[in-house]
Amino acid sequence: MTTTSSRPVGEVLGIPPASHRLRDRSFVLLLAVLTSVALIVLAVLLIDTGIDGIPQLSLSFLTSFPSAFPAKAGIESAITGTLWLMGVVTFVIVPLGVASALYLEEFADGTRWWNRIIEVNIQNLAAVPSIVYGILGLAYIVRGPLSLGRTVLAGGLTLALVVLPVVIITGREALRAVPPSIKEGALALGATRWQAIWRQILPASIPGIATGVILSISRAIGETAPLILVGAATFVAFNPTGLDSPFTALPLQIFSWISQPNDQFRMLAAAAIIVLLVILVILNAVAIRLRNRYQQRW
Amino acid sequence: MVAITQGDPTPGSNLRDVSDLDPASDPRNEPAAPAIPGQVPAVAAGQPHAAVPVVAHHDVIDDAIETPVFVTEKLSVSYGSSPAVLDVSLRVPEKQITAFIGPSGCGKSTIIRCFNRMNDLIPAARVDGMVRYHGVDLYGGDIDSVQVRKRIGMVFQKPNPFPKSIYDNIAFGPKVLGMKGSMDQIVEQALRRASLWDDVKDRLKDNAFGMSGGQQQRLCIARALATNPDVLLMDEPCSALDPISTGRIEDLMHELKETVSIVIVTHNMQQAARVSDRTAFFIVDMGSSEEARIGRLVEYGPTDRIFTNPHDIRTEEYVSGKFG
Repeated sequence: MTTTSSRPVGEVLGIPPASHRLRDRSFVLLLAVLTSVALIVLAVLLIDTGIDGIPQLSLSFLTSFPSAFPAKAGIESAITGTLWLMGVVTFVIVPLGVASALYLEEFADGTRWWNRIIEVNIQNLAAVPSIVYGILGLAYIVRGPLSLGRTVLAGGLTLALVVLPVVIITGREALRAVPPSIKEGALALGATRWQAIWRQILPASIPGIATGVILSISRAIGETAPLILVGAATFVAFNPTGLDSPFTALPLQIFSWISQPNDQFRMLAAAAIIVLLVILVILNAVAIRLRNRYQQRW
Repeated sequence: MVAITQGDPTPGSNLRDVSDLDPASDPRNEPAAPAIPGQVPAVAAGQPHAAVPVVAHHDVIDDAIETPVFVTEKLSVSYGSSPAVLDVSLRVPEKQITAFIGPSGCGKSTIIRCFNRMNDLIPAARVDGMVRYHGVDLYGGDIDSVQVRKRIGMVFQKPNPFPKSIYDNIAFGPKVLGMKGSMDQIVEQALRRASLWDDVKDRLKDNAFGMSGGQQQRLCIARALATNPDVLLMDEPCSALDPISTGRIEDLMHELKETVSIVIVTHNMQQAARVSDRTAFFIVDMGSSEEARIGRLVEYGPTDRIFTNPHDIRTEEYVSGKFG
């Protein structure tokens, strides 16, 4: 039978200075205040948009073309235009982004000056304002060498350029997250470098690459400036019929309605913003789910 | 002078037995045998190597290994400009277990990675000297490292199963090698050889990451066996495992040596004593700085003799636990 002595805590551990606890508390409070500032601003914006926009949301809003009369106007052509753009962007960034990431991560000799230049430039390109890509797209894709005109293809290629650096960077991170022991294991079994990459490293990094691609697409969806520059129309009363078709997109439709003097169009813009936000939230949720579900813990 | 110089003019005769020599000149009586000037390669010049004789003590039985799997001659590996391990000459016998022991940094893993050219993966690594595999120079100009690794399997320190099913882990090697026959049979046979079949036969489609560490390591052994290698290289295969899993892997090695030659790197001396037929003892030669550490082969011979009657004082100190 052991007896426990009941000496006061303070006698055993010493009495903590009161200032410690006070400082701890005030630090936590400061962090909470700063966090809530950000959240409150976001909430105000969302609520304001919701008040204006939610009453406008209806099936006919989603399935009508733009109109000079607010009551008849809708966003069908903007939604289909955005979907076409995303298709082009995905088609371009997946092979280019994965191939570049693979080259830089697995093949490039980082001690060579040209590889270092490529690396530094990709980092910098990711930080270039999107309007600069818009100018590039206007000069080289819409006009100039490619001369595609103001088409879905031109818009998609320009947006692909905007997000490609991010796809490459996230792709490299996903490849780097596969431990070298996996490659060693494959090579030690007599696999060629190509077999090791294609059958082990790439499959193991697909969740990470896919997450990066989805987040990049959701960034591209919201881009407005490059599309204005490449000359996407803001009033398109038909769906794109192909890659060479004129188009509009959700952010452009919003931009065009907001600049109308008529208050009713601003309500429509709020409604379109809600649609855009819903698409973005869905895409991000898919990306997060992918990451959590398939993320490999090595 | 006890140390036989590597500059011996007779090719292939640098495998000698010190026991033939006068006992009065037993190296244990003069542990600080000075290095012979000019025998230390240029890279090491200017560094104090007084404590390390240039040449390892070899047992006469080396010459009796008639069908060696590997023969190394003055094998050296350097990373960049600093040598990691210098002048290793030894013969690895067929269908036996050869253990490389020694303190960390002594180059034992570096040497084993020459046997399947895994050092190729490190761009700065340079290999000098000769490694012969059944008489073929592994670093010869016309040798494809992929072909080498098809014949020589490897198991790593940390179990590294692929993030796939148990079945797919085993099937990967046979698939990339284009092996003929029923894949189900190949997988079952490999798992049986690694005594893993009874543990996993009902969950072949489960992810290998759900297995215990010991099972994962046996899976890695099964994976290596699936391609029917001639040699199995094991680089500290038990260092991440508990004693029971270690015991199972050691039992497995005893069964496997009927069919494959095994080279195991371990820094667990008891393990070397338990499993191996022959032991090579490496030492790290502390140079003037951290970068100047150089690994060397000190002594190589039958495990019994290395542990009971080492010829070199440093081997004796190491196996008796005085250092390392």
